[in-house]
Amino acid sequence: MLTVLAVLFAVSIVAPVLHAWWGRSAFYILAGVLAAAFGWVLFHIPQVVGADQAATNDAPNAVPAYVVEWIPQLGVELAFRMDALGLIMALLVTGVGALVMLYCARYFPATERSAGPFAAQLFAFAAAMLGLVVSDDLVMLFIFWELTTVLSFLLIGYSAHRVFARRSAIQALVVTTFGGLAMLVGLLWIGQLAGSYRLSDILAAAPELSGTAVDVAIVLILVGAVSKSALVPFHFWLPAAMAAPTPVSAYLHAAAMVKAGVYLVARFAPGFHDTTFWLPLVLILGLATMLIGAYRALRQTDIKLVLAYGTVSQLGFLIMVNGLGTEDAAVAGLAMLLAHGLFKAALFMVVGIIDKQTGSRDLRTLSGIGRAQRPLLIISIVAAASMAGLPPLFGFVAKEVVFESFYSYAEVNGGASWAVLIGVVIGSAATVAYSARFIWGTFGSKRDNNGQPLAPTTIHATPDAVFLAAPAALGVFTLLFAAAPGLVQHLVEPFSTLFDPAAPGVEPTYLALWHGLTPVLGLSALTWVLGLGLFWLLGTRDEVPRAVPVVFDAERIYRSSIRALDNFSAWLTSNTQRGSLGWYLFIIVAVATAAPAGVIALTGQAVPGHMILAEEPMQMVLAAVIIAGGLGAVWAPKRFMAVLMVSLCGWGIAGIFALQGAPDLALTLLLVESIILVVFVLALRTLPAGIWTLNPTRFKFGRALLGGAFGLVIMAAVAISMDSRTHEPVSLEYSWMAYDVGNGSNIVNVTLVDIRVWDTFGEITVLAAAATGVASLIFVKRRDVRRRQLHEVPTGSVGRILSDKALSPRQVQEVKVARSFATVAREAWLVAGRTLAPEHRSIIFEVVTRLMFHATIMLSIYLLLAGHNSPGGGFAGGLLAGLAFLLRYLAGGRYELEAAIPFSAGALMGWGLAVACFTGIFPLIVGGQTFQSFVVDLSLPLFGEHHLVSSVLFDVGVYLVVIGLIVDVLRSLGSEIDVRSEEEPKSSSALGHSIHAQTTVGVAR
Amino acid sequence: MTINLTLLVLMGVMLAVGIYLMLERSLTRVVLGIILLSNGVNLLLLQTGGRAGRAPLVQDGIDAQEYFDPLPQALLLTAIVIAFALVAFMLALIYRSWVLARQDEVTDDEEDRRVAQAVGAYDPEEDAEVDTETSEFSDPSPDSASDLPPVISPAEHFRGHNDEPEEDR
Repeated sequence: MLTVLAVLFAVSIVAPVLHAWWGRSAFYILAGVLAAAFGWVLFHIPQVVGADQAATNDAPNAVPAYVVEWIPQLGVELAFRMDALGLIMALLVTGVGALVMLYCARYFPATERSAGPFAAQLFAFAAAMLGLVVSDDLVMLFIFWELTTVLSFLLIGYSAHRVFARRSAIQALVVTTFGGLAMLVGLLWIGQLAGSYRLSDILAAAPELSGTAVDVAIVLILVGAVSKSALVPFHFWLPAAMAAPTPVSAYLHAAAMVKAGVYLVARFAPGFHDTTFWLPLVLILGLATMLIGAYRALRQTDIKLVLAYGTVSQLGFLIMVNGLGTEDAAVAGLAMLLAHGLFKAALFMVVGIIDKQTGSRDLRTLSGIGRAQRPLLIISIVAAASMAGLPPLFGFVAKEVVFESFYSYAEVNGGASWAVLIGVVIGSAATVAYSARFIWGTFGSKRDNNGQPLAPTTIHATPDAVFLAAPAALGVFTLLFAAAPGLVQHLVEPFSTLFDPAAPGVEPTYLALWHGLTPVLGLSALTWVLGLGLFWLLGTRDEVPRAVPVVFDAERIYRSSIRALDNFSAWLTSNTQRGSLGWYLFIIVAVATAAPAGVIALTGQAVPGHMILAEEPMQMVLAAVIIAGGLGAVWAPKRFMAVLMVSLCGWGIAGIFALQGAPDLALTLLLVESIILVVFVLALRTLPAGIWTLNPTRFKFGRALLGGAFGLVIMAAVAISMDSRTHEPVSLEYSWMAYDVGNGSNIVNVTLVDIRVWDTFGEITVLAAAATGVASLIFVKRRDVRRRQLHEVPTGSVGRILSDKALSPRQVQEVKVARSFATVAREAWLVAGRTLAPEHRSIIFEVVTRLMFHATIMLSIYLLLAGHNSPGGGFAGGLLAGLAFLLRYLAGGRYELEAAIPFSAGALMGWGLAVACFTGIFPLIVGGQTFQSFVVDLSLPLFGEHHLVSSVLFDVGVYLVVIGLIVDVLRSLGSEIDVRSEEEPKSSSALGHSIHAQTTVGVAR
Repeated sequence: MTINLTLLVLMGVMLAVGIYLMLERSLTRVVLGIILLSNGVNLLLLQTGGRAGRAPLVQDGIDAQEYFDPLPQALLLTAIVIAFALVAFMLALIYRSWVLARQDEVTDDEEDRRVAQAVGAYDPEEDAEVDTETSEFSDPSPDSASDLPPVISPAEHFRGHNDEPEEDR
């Protein structure tokens, strides 16, 4: 069984390909595959019918079953089992499926391109439905159940360009998924109660299961069945689902999917029809659905909707019969299920043919089709008469036993069960009436309001034999099963053995055209008479039905409840998430403050004992300076002043590091803070200096309170955790490890490049990523923009102020004086100094840069190489070199920077990472471990003895990455913003111009 | 372990000021707040090294206890450089925001604001009255409803669509 299902799903996946090759003829192949599956099911008949239906899988006389372990921890298995019920459903699913596929081969226009996915979905549905009816595991059952729901959603929404189709698809999905979820709870619950998820085991254990829990679980399962089979109050989704193409309506919404609910009821009925809520639920909802559906069917003017409401009515009927739980009802229920599948699918197919050939389904405009289309008329009369329960058709045979089972049930139980019988008779009479209305509405010749005959509807083309084959075949089966009811009896009887008769003495009924002159035949005759009367009274009216009062309109109730849900979630979201990111952050920090505070308060910590005020008085002085800087950053009225204040904090902390005994940190932080300061100014120079914010932030007090509380809580947490620390630090081992294994005496540096080298390796990767991020934010398209060659740049062109309009008279004077010096020929201190506009040049700065640059680079290389044994290393060296390039940029502008470092930043970082990788991988090649360091002793003439440690090479990688990062930042936030600022005035944006003119002068001075 | 009160208080102040600035609307202040916050965290790491000691440069005859703990120093060194990369990235973000929108403030989340407007809004996908179609094979007429903008606030709706059937909700 698993193989068959796998093959079917595989075919559904290739269906679009087949459709692309052969167009709609691909449906022939799909029909053939389903017909083969039908044959495969037929092949099982002798084995299934002869077996004991109730026997568990390992019994000798059991039905065919197939079990594979799937999730043994959860007791979930791929369990399949084909008993009589599953067999009948499987025959219906594959048989009608094959015919629907055949029908599709003509239904879709030859040019339809989107039918490929449709074919796949429809075929996958057939596979899922087959899986559903042969599943013996609750979880598998649920998975297939939801699979059919999802596929139904996709198929209803086939015409996705129409609002109606989209809305119907979502509605069907929401309603059936809602039921499916309730069912899932019920299934898992019953599985837990029974101690097994195997369906056959649960049903075998059903007599021992009782109590409220079982009752409630069964109600939940019934909710799933009721929603899937479109019973009141969920009936509205099925008529709306008629937005689907007609083959879908014929297959999913008449023969197969909506029967899943009926199947579930029939599946659980043998074990659970005597639970407390089963019969009330099944009978009341079923009867209500039958009557409401039939009444609404009589009022429709769209022939497809007549059938749709008819289906709703019949589903109610089917659930009642199948849920009744007597031996007769089991026979009747399955026979009726089969009969309904045959006639309703055929009728939908007829509607599809008429819709395709005439372009309308409106019974007020259709006229004279019966005369023109005899074959269609004959097929329809057979199917509709079977629906009405007229002899000699299978519908009559089935309905006879249905009446018989209700009649004998009422005889035994009396009271309310007579009312049920009366309701069923009325419902059946209404069925006769809407069957007649369907035939009259579709095929009759009508007159308009003035009594004139309506013009016969134009028929574009007569349907060919292939188009008619599917409904005709269904009609043939309707006749065949009526003529030889023993065929069906043979299949259904084993299932009915699972039930008791209504009373011990009652003889089991059987399927036959003639039972003799019984009260039941009288009931049938009564329904025909009543039905024709009803048709005469109501059936030929053709006004549009009045809207149902709002309270009773299930669809409106559904829509308003969905709407209320939408509104509630929008209301909740808008009240918790108002859109202010600052507020979200406030909440997060508040939680991060309150939670540790609560823990500290509840656990009652002692005040730490070992405390010192400070290591030395200098620390307190520095702390005071830093705190002043921090508060200054809050109060600073201007942007760059605040930046300076923050830098002050950084420098102060570098001092603290130095006092604590961490020279590497002090050096690195000092360099970083200096670079950050410059980069800050570079990046934000185009932003207005004075305006902090146009709408000042509120809640100053609240934020201050939160900040203070956060600081205090972290202080307390740090004090407590440090006070409770008892172990020696691991780093006590680092000193000998660094010296003896890492061959370096600077423990921090050896830690970075050897002991914890993976950390550092990760970090430089992050640096490269961040640099790339900065560059891509500024350059947007590509990082290494080709600049002009230095000699092509005209002297004094960079940053020249083109217009004096925005300047004050005093500034104009200053610019004039500066320009007068530009003509003076002088020695070039910097190669690109001449490119700067005269008003931007500072000769002293150029000279100082000239003197310091090379010395700084030398120092950085010294820091890099000596870092292994004394303060320094790749980070400090790289930052210092970066600072040197920063100096060149500030003194000589962007062309100076290009001249100073003629490599792309990306290449620098790439090489740095490559070198670092190399030091990691090289030891592997020579037989060591990743990043293992080794020593090379060199004795060079002139340089003397040298003691080279391989991990220094890793530091070179770090050095290159850090330089690359700084150069990238300088080129992005420096050079590129320069270029943009100079271009901006030309684009004559009034705002941009004034801001730019002021700020460039500001930077120049 | 001995607690250094000066470092402890300094850390607290840095964190407090950092949080205060981070909750501002101005992006520049947010970045400054993050720098100060990372300063505070750096001080936290520093304190885990315990009492001050000798610089961790190995010399003969000195006990490992006497050096200032090198492990937090290694962590701090990476933290400092990463913080620099982070700040550079945020500055680039601020510049971009300024170039694109002349905006250097934390703006409200428009999507969240839009959710607030959706309460009771008219959504044609859900609410428009649609005629049921009586044929699949008539010309697929484009939906009249889909020409409307997706969500209209109730006020607008009542201005523009008074003829829509509203009374059923």
